[in-house]
Amino acid sequence: MTHHSAAAQVTTVIIGGGQAGLAMSRALQMASIDHVVLERGQVANSWRTERWDSLRLLTPNWMTRLPGHRYDGGDPEGYMTAAETAAFLDHYRAVIAAPVVTGATVSAVEIDEPGRYRVRTTVGDWRCRSVVVATGACTTPHVPALAGRLPGRIQQLTPTAYRNPDTVDGERVLVVGASAGGAQIADELARAGRDVTLAAGNHVRVPRTYRGMDIHWWMDRLGLLDERWTEVDDIVRARRTPSLQVVGHPDRRPLDLNTLQANGATVVGRLAGVTDAAVQFSGSLANTVTSADLKLGRLLDAIDDHVDATGLGAEVAAPDRPAATVVAEAPLLRSPADIDAVLWATGYRPHYTWLPEQLLDRKGAIVHEGGVMAAPGMYVLGLPFLRRRKSSFLDGVGPDALDLADHLVGWLDGRGHASSRPAPGGPGIRRSDPVGVAL
Amino acid sequence: MTVTESTPTTPVNGVNVEALLGARQALTDAPEAAAFTWRATCDWVLGTHARTEVQGFFGLGQEHERSGHSVDTDHPEIFASADNGMTPVEAVLSGLVGCLTAGVASVATNRGIELRSVKATVEGDMDLQGILGIDGDVRNGFNGVRVDFDIDADASDEEIAAIVAQSQKRSAVFDIVTNPTTVTVSA
Repeated sequence: MTHHSAAAQVTTVIIGGGQAGLAMSRALQMASIDHVVLERGQVANSWRTERWDSLRLLTPNWMTRLPGHRYDGGDPEGYMTAAETAAFLDHYRAVIAAPVVTGATVSAVEIDEPGRYRVRTTVGDWRCRSVVVATGACTTPHVPALAGRLPGRIQQLTPTAYRNPDTVDGERVLVVGASAGGAQIADELARAGRDVTLAAGNHVRVPRTYRGMDIHWWMDRLGLLDERWTEVDDIVRARRTPSLQVVGHPDRRPLDLNTLQANGATVVGRLAGVTDAAVQFSGSLANTVTSADLKLGRLLDAIDDHVDATGLGAEVAAPDRPAATVVAEAPLLRSPADIDAVLWATGYRPHYTWLPEQLLDRKGAIVHEGGVMAAPGMYVLGLPFLRRRKSSFLDGVGPDALDLADHLVGWLDGRGHASSRPAPGGPGIRRSDPVGVAL
Repeated sequence: MTVTESTPTTPVNGVNVEALLGARQALTDAPEAAAFTWRATCDWVLGTHARTEVQGFFGLGQEHERSGHSVDTDHPEIFASADNGMTPVEAVLSGLVGCLTAGVASVATNRGIELRSVKATVEGDMDLQGILGIDGDVRNGFNGVRVDFDIDADASDEEIAAIVAQSQKRSAVFDIVTNPTTVTVSA
């Protein structure tokens, strides 16, 4: 297709002006690569427009380190609200003077030839040698197909539309999904006096604090967050791991199936089916909670071993393991007539309809190795466990951006498009997962 | 998959993990080959006695023949039957516990744990007021199923619990029993 309007020319186009896009902008700036950051809305758009009111980061403020800038406020142990996160990223954009074009929605990335790309947007086209996809992991909520079988009178919403309990019509709410989003929203609705049923599939239970320290402090200290994608046994499974079942509340309160039940929620198994007569829940809840408790136990064992091995015992509190999960006899069926609203906290699936099909797998996900895509000069950044366990964290995208910027510079310099795997014997040498499980 | 001389060729626990992992990779690369259809045919013998046989299944893109496997089902004498085989509900429990036990062996082997013995006991509770139509509020099927594993292996209690948990996550029959399935019956 011939395009007659003049396209702007730049070496690299970064798509997305959130934490990943800005970190990459800084990394390219340090490498003197001219680039532009295309943002569909404003910087940190999702944080401004698609997050519920009470949401805070899951990681403490001190774990907010981006290339060239870090949190320097007065509450390092606290957890940023969504609005504070947006303000932090806006400030970062100003500090690093990132060349952001706002209001630019990408409609297509076209491959003219390998290493020659055209990025089409609502405000004009760019021609470039390299593209970084930094649109984030949490853009499009995933809703299972059986949602379509629910009667029309039931309100259905996703976490991107939920703001606070007033968003939800009616008293009887089914929350589907027990990871961070589902558990937090179920907790908020139960505390607001709603009749909440939480359908819990596989989830990762962790305490907010253990032995007096934030769980992320422990994970950071044990090196779990720095584990590389080449080091885990099953990276496909590791990348599918749901968010930690935890809340960043100022009082550092725990959030798990026990606290949810104490606040009045009914916990049932994974949503398994919907018919005209019944909403059906899986009978596998007992194994779901046993698996989560076993995984939690292995993590806390690893922390205790670390404390013993490093003589940290005098500095931290005594072990304070959370109680085993107890679920009441869970109902397997519920009449659709007894449900007023369903909140789908069933994860996010980015849709890359604007990318060439040959760069995607059969389920529409980007094919990449540690962020290096199949087309030379194309990269993706900010996805779960892209290169490190912390890749999708505000604190983890920076090292990934620096790695990929290195690779990008090497490719521009004619050093080829080889794998970006750490060299054998280097920091990426394979070792067994210290917790014995993908968190 | 090539087996080098340094690799022992005798699989631990009698499970060929290499072959299982190879199959997993092959079916990841060719997902259409993962579409299987399992079949069985059942002949009524007499009374409540029936014999179910398998003759083959479809998978990996083709038909596979097999023979010699059958199961007799019947009802016990207290139901005025001849007791020529396990009851169908016991066959369901056998399927569940057989599947979970196979899973325990596979998962343990994959984790490098040698099993000395595995014994599983399964119990399913049923209120006969359901199938006899005495009380419409009572369901026909089990109102609860319990499986208890007694496993002797060189592993900690937590490792054994994790193997049993993982076996449930990967079990077809556990899924069949715990989740609804659309069933169509024609005549």
